[in-house]
Amino acid sequence: MDTFLWVIVPYLCLATFVVGHFWRYRYDKFGWTTRSSQLYEDKLLRLGSPLFHFGMLGVVGGHIIGLLVPQSWTDALGISHEAYHVVAVTGGMIAGVMAVVGMVILIYRRRTVGPVFSATTVMDKVMYAFLAAVIVLGMWNTIAGSIMTIGGEYNYREGVSIWYRSFLAFSPDASLMADAPIGFQLHAMVAFGLFALWPFTRLVHVFSAPVGYLTRPYIVYRSRDDQLLGSHSPRRGWERTRV
Amino acid sequence: MRVMAQMAMVMNLDKCIGCHTCSVTCKQAWTNRTGTEYVWFNNVETRPGLGYPRTYEDQEEWQGGWKLNKRGRLTLKAGGRWKKLATIFSNPKLPSIEDYYEPWTYDYETLTNSPATDNFPVARPKSLISGKDMNIEWSANWDDDLGGSREHASRDVMLKGIEDKVKMEFEETFMFYLPRICEHCLNPSCAASCPSGAIYKREEDGIVLVDQDRCRGWRMCVSGCPYKKIYFNHRTGKAEKCTFCYPRIEVGIPTVCSETCVGRLRYIGLVLYDADKVLEAASVEDDHALYDAQRACFLDPEDPEVQRAADEAGIPYDWVEAAKRSPVWALINRYEVALPLHPEYRTMPMVWYIPPLSPVVDVIKDTGHDAEDHGNLFAAIEALRIPVEYLANLFTAGDPVPVDRVLRKLAAMRAYMRDINLGRDPDESIPAKVGMDGETMYDMFRLLAIAKYEDRYVIPSAHAEQAHALEELATECSLDFEGGPGMYGSGPFGEGSGRPVPVAVENFQMLRDRQTSDTLAAPEDKATRVNLLNWDGKGVPTGLFPPRPDAQAHEEPERGEH
Repeated sequence: MDTFLWVIVPYLCLATFVVGHFWRYRYDKFGWTTRSSQLYEDKLLRLGSPLFHFGMLGVVGGHIIGLLVPQSWTDALGISHEAYHVVAVTGGMIAGVMAVVGMVILIYRRRTVGPVFSATTVMDKVMYAFLAAVIVLGMWNTIAGSIMTIGGEYNYREGVSIWYRSFLAFSPDASLMADAPIGFQLHAMVAFGLFALWPFTRLVHVFSAPVGYLTRPYIVYRSRDDQLLGSHSPRRGWERTRV
Repeated sequence: MRVMAQMAMVMNLDKCIGCHTCSVTCKQAWTNRTGTEYVWFNNVETRPGLGYPRTYEDQEEWQGGWKLNKRGRLTLKAGGRWKKLATIFSNPKLPSIEDYYEPWTYDYETLTNSPATDNFPVARPKSLISGKDMNIEWSANWDDDLGGSREHASRDVMLKGIEDKVKMEFEETFMFYLPRICEHCLNPSCAASCPSGAIYKREEDGIVLVDQDRCRGWRMCVSGCPYKKIYFNHRTGKAEKCTFCYPRIEVGIPTVCSETCVGRLRYIGLVLYDADKVLEAASVEDDHALYDAQRACFLDPEDPEVQRAADEAGIPYDWVEAAKRSPVWALINRYEVALPLHPEYRTMPMVWYIPPLSPVVDVIKDTGHDAEDHGNLFAAIEALRIPVEYLANLFTAGDPVPVDRVLRKLAAMRAYMRDINLGRDPDESIPAKVGMDGETMYDMFRLLAIAKYEDRYVIPSAHAEQAHALEELATECSLDFEGGPGMYGSGPFGEGSGRPVPVAVENFQMLRDRQTSDTLAAPEDKATRVNLLNWDGKGVPTGLFPPRPDAQAHEEPERGEH
């Protein structure tokens, strides 16, 4: 059972995540968009969206540090467990609260503003459910697990993080997750579900974060492609010859 | 010198009767789809008026276009790259649907399905955004022909500074129409605002297009364009804009708006320009100098030096020949009667306008004087400052001098041609007063008034050796495409999935679907509109399940019983 939950399922989700993105990019570039609803409603979005997105950037950054940086590294730098804990929990709480508040505003907006609600797809709703569950469980782990230490103290850097790194290194150790508190288990499980859904939702827009904008020239010139004039490519056997 | 060719347009506003044929045919050709109901690639505004979207010209509010920063360098008015990225989660300057209008359709079915009643059944307006009943409060040309202008027209941004002088009494105000399409600027701020780099300017003909496969819906282009000619398709989540009908231009035929223009007021032709000079010209400090600065970027196709450079830049010989015959070049540089729309936005727009003399002529006519006499007309241009100042706010960043010059030329042409038409000896002193000779003036008259099809549109086609794969011509049978007319339909994963279909084929299909469907504008069973990945759960996407003919059969007799 442990192997199924913490080896097979995660790898299946990871595979869906990777292959799904590849497939979607190949097959549905046109559908690859943020599908913004700002045109319909502005006031709530102006508040909720930056809160949520900047909060999530913080949350993701925190996860990268927490999961990928081994405890031995911070020990070697002479950072004590307590200091690390305080910084991590404080940063995590700020980012987490931003994300949660933003998410609540955005979900409220999506449900109550008519045009936005009618532009919401089934996939959106499923994705929202998973995303909200992941965030709420994560917050629960931070508040109940790390601050209030309900159910005993648990250092995820000696459990979940190591399992995650072993998972990424393709030599997963399922027992580490099996021993983790239920809150962490659920959080990880739902998160993997979200990863599996990812390529089929609007979340793909995360991967088109336009950092290239900072370096490209302002005006883009493009020539009609030699091979692809207009928008249709020549059929096989009719490609243009190159001189 | 880096020679580039630009396909450009000039509109002669004196001839515009405000019939909206251009808007309607453009919409039929390009934006007759769900998600683009409010999108008018071409619209016709009554001036003075608010424009579309309302007060789009107020750049202090909308922050579109470019400005010079403190160091005199050209920057986006809405802020640079970092600011764009920092505000990407919620665009602070995006017009909301209310600034355009909430699109609607009518519930016509209640008319045909109504049982016999005492009262007439009414087709109620239904919002195409929320699907609910709605009150119609605004539309794309709500203030057409100064309708409601007492209330609205005074908010026209271009009246700033002259508002106390303009009489909004219906009988006393002046009025003209301003058809607008995308300006296909030499220095497009929409393209510069696009974080994804999806908006590009075509090297061959300068047409500005949005790559639908690279657009990610960040919406910065909408706020970046000062003319608000980029629209957000709220269904697909992608930006769309006027395409200058590039599939038609490529094969040498004019845009749909031009082709169908009743007043024949549009001119299309090539302009050669020096791409190296554009930035410098757009950075000129004085707003009033921008008109001349932009003209200085244009290159004379008769100049052998330019021809050599064009050849080196890979511009085909027949394109240079077409540039020589270009009516746009003639109106801008030979006769100097065309002016750019809002040069102060510093985008170097390439759809220019011949300002209307008719407000002036109308006034003279109303006073009972001879409106064809150049003396009267000159005096009136001098006296009627308000139309001139207003036109200057539109076309020359507020500098009345060029507008004055153009109106005098047009007035002189009227007077000069009257003599000729009445069989009198032409009075050569009239053209001399506006710095022209009789022959040039006659040529200008031919181009403006006679305006034969082949004189208005000098469009060199894209090259024959490429024609095999061009959009419209398609020497391959257009039925051959995956999803050509015979075999179209959404792929298994909905609209937009699979390889792109040529625009012409796609529009053919959409038009046919639209015209043969008898449901609302967004029928839930319209397969081509439903993307499974974005499917909203309403109705069943056709093609996924086999049709159920019995469901239809059950409903019909029930209705008949009423």
